[in-house]
Amino acid sequence: MKLQTATRLGLYATLELARDPAQILSSADLAERFGVSTHHLAKVLRTLSTAGLVQAERGASGGYRFTGNRRRVTLMDIVALFESTPGRRAKEPGEETEIGSALQRVLAEIDEIAEATLRSVSLETMLKRPT
Amino acid sequence: MVAVRPAQATDLPAISALDARLTGTSKPDYWRDRLALGLHFLVAETDKGTFAGFIAGEVRAWEFGQPPAGWVFAIQIDPKLRLKGVGSALFEALVARFKAEGVTRVRTLVDRKDHLILSFFRAQGMVAGPSLQLDMELP
Repeated sequence: MKLQTATRLGLYATLELARDPAQILSSADLAERFGVSTHHLAKVLRTLSTAGLVQAERGASGGYRFTGNRRRVTLMDIVALFESTPGRRAKEPGEETEIGSALQRVLAEIDEIAEATLRSVSLETMLKRPT
Repeated sequence: MVAVRPAQATDLPAISALDARLTGTSKPDYWRDRLALGLHFLVAETDKGTFAGFIAGEVRAWEFGQPPAGWVFAIQIDPKLRLKGVGSALFEALVARFKAEGVTRVRTLVDRKDHLILSFFRAQGMVAGPSLQLDMELP
């Protein structure tokens, strides 16, 4: 399964911050840790902040702190912030044809399994047993 | 704070009532038969002796070509007593019995739309198994 870059960065940042809710890390700190673009990560952190998963801390040693609930927040909660969910995406050309709808049923089956997997893994489960 | 012990015939009304409340289907005969079959059937009680939930499973071998593994058939926890470690205590006790029988894997099947139970088993360390369940409505 291929995730958008923003989704992957969102997962990296949330998990890294959730590892220790007391720690404050800037987008530069996080970018260096994962070897990714600071600019891109800054944008992702703003999205996570709007969603209430992290909070910006001002000041010289400013950055972001995890403010979610590790046991309640699942991977799907983060993925859904950056990826279009199956139910909400626009119809693709050809989907109305017999072949198009048969293909759609197979793709929907894959989406449903992926969603069940992402929804069942909490941050707590991820951090307890990194795989 | 939770004690786990083997289920007895006197637990059947509580097991059946909890299951009926949570699934919407009453099946006392099924639970009585399960208990009589002698599979691992455990109940959890609070320190005040209140019935908190149950788990049932057994070691099965070579079904669908699979080598011996412990199967969890059912787990139900009283919703009022959830998030207190009752489910984990039951799961751990069942797994200990499976290990005593010499198996090294534990399996279960869950409704993929039931994210609560999926999350519970994930939190115990379980991941997607080697089999994929297939299904078809008969015409």
